[in-house]
Amino acid sequence: MNSLYYQKRLSRNIGDKFFTSLSVICALIAILPLIFLVTYILYKGGSQITPELFTLEPNPPGDDLDAGGINPALIGTLIITTIASIIAIPVGVGGGIYLAEYSKGGAFTRFIRFGVNVLAGVPSIIAGVFIYALIVSTKILFGSMYSGLAGGMALSILMLPTVIKTTDEGLKLVPNELRYASLGVGASMYTTILKVTLPSAFRSIATGVVLGIARAAGETAPLIFTALFSYYYITGFGDLFYEMGSLAVLIYNFALEPYDAQNKLAWAASFILVLSILSVNIFSRILAAFTEKTKRV
Amino acid sequence: MIKTNKNTPKNIILSLENVSISYGTFEAVRNVFCTFKKGNITSLIGPSGCGKSTVLRSLNRMNDLIPNCSLKGTVLFDGTNIYDKRVDPVEVRRRIGMVFQQPNPFPKSIYENIAFGARINGFTGIMDELVESSLRKAALWDECKDKLNDSGYSLSGGQQQRLCIARTIAIEPEIILMDEPCSALDPISTLKIEETMHELKKNYTIIIVTHNMQQALRVSDMTAFFNAIEYEDGDGGKVGYLAEFNSTKKIFNSPKEKTTQEYISGKFG
Repeated sequence: MNSLYYQKRLSRNIGDKFFTSLSVICALIAILPLIFLVTYILYKGGSQITPELFTLEPNPPGDDLDAGGINPALIGTLIITTIASIIAIPVGVGGGIYLAEYSKGGAFTRFIRFGVNVLAGVPSIIAGVFIYALIVSTKILFGSMYSGLAGGMALSILMLPTVIKTTDEGLKLVPNELRYASLGVGASMYTTILKVTLPSAFRSIATGVVLGIARAAGETAPLIFTALFSYYYITGFGDLFYEMGSLAVLIYNFALEPYDAQNKLAWAASFILVLSILSVNIFSRILAAFTEKTKRV
Repeated sequence: MIKTNKNTPKNIILSLENVSISYGTFEAVRNVFCTFKKGNITSLIGPSGCGKSTVLRSLNRMNDLIPNCSLKGTVLFDGTNIYDKRVDPVEVRRRIGMVFQQPNPFPKSIYENIAFGARINGFTGIMDELVESSLRKAALWDECKDKLNDSGYSLSGGQQQRLCIARTIAIEPEIILMDEPCSALDPISTLKIEETMHELKKNYTIIIVTHNMQQALRVSDMTAFFNAIEYEDGDGGKVGYLAEFNSTKKIFNSPKEKTTQEYISGKFG
């Protein structure tokens, strides 16, 4: 008769210990890059942060030892991401509403869901090349070539799948009883969606939108083909139709320069970019946690 | 007016003529003929899977929301076949309201729960009065008059169900359908809802699906007993049918069908 006490030497217990430790080690290795990356950027970039960084234009490489600031790139990133959001949020939420509320799960719906998944997997550089071919090289936007507008369009392609998917998923979580309740008091389908289902799913949709924005804001490849880069302040509405700087492209350009001043500026920009994306992600977490708590009003 | 059937007697508000309902290829209920009188409470009873809830949902086209559900036959309401292609299901649901099995208040305040339906139906009167009178009719006013701005979820299950009834009354329907409204409630809440139904009878026609035969006996004037039989081809599938339809007294005291007798005495179901 075997003893009921735990026996360390038993082969199944040794195996169990081994696999537990193995998975713990793997988990640690998986988190290491993030920790190193964030600390390294905080260390390298954090020391470069000055008030002038946020107000000055970057100086062209090689002129002097002072690299200037990242003001145009910072504003540019904000503008380009806003343009992307203006395009992607209505289209994405609308498409998600169709998938979750109106579609009956036929071939067309399956095709759209499949298409959205494919779009989510398209490399970001392809989105850039696509907009380059469609907008930039054809000068179709009032004769302008590289522009902030084109950059926003490229990023909107990357945001779209995230927004559609989270809207679709968020709406599917709304219990059917709530829809029946609304339809049962004689509400039409669109009143039901606007007044009952969408508000119930609002926070989960908002979380998805924020994550989509965070993803788009850090993209470089699509912007190289569309918004290119600019050293100069953004002064007015007309600047939308010209080359526009962005943090990601500034990092890409200046990190490759042989001058130390420009490299430091790239580090500073990395710091700002990582910090803002991190805070946007944390914001979306808080939003999601808030959703959990208030699900039952 | 789409199709007026002049032969319908005046006190018949709703009638089913040879109605069969299928989910895809599965036939849930077959060849139902049934009439509902104005101002009556009619219970639909029967064992699980006999199609009574399906029939109830077909009366205000809630089945439209279930994919693949199709109906053959005619459902005449106010002289109109509500399954006519030209009929707007939204309009049908405004005139035939529904209370569901699970209390399903909106995630809004008690006041808004009632105002919502009225507002989207173009109510132009004084909303405060409508909210009060609806809550009074549903026997909920005294319990929640001091917390109209609290969430509908803050109420107990039985109160939530009465809020759902009040919400349905607020749109002034002609018929109220109730799909096992008390199955998720305790006996005391059930009694309150039954009292509410007796009050409502004065102004509305009520059709209720219930698993509780005592409830059918307590509240209803007419009772329809649905049963399920195996297909003739004998592949084991069952189809529901209307076995017996008569006044509640007759159904419970002297049923004509043997199966009705067996069901109400609890031999199966």
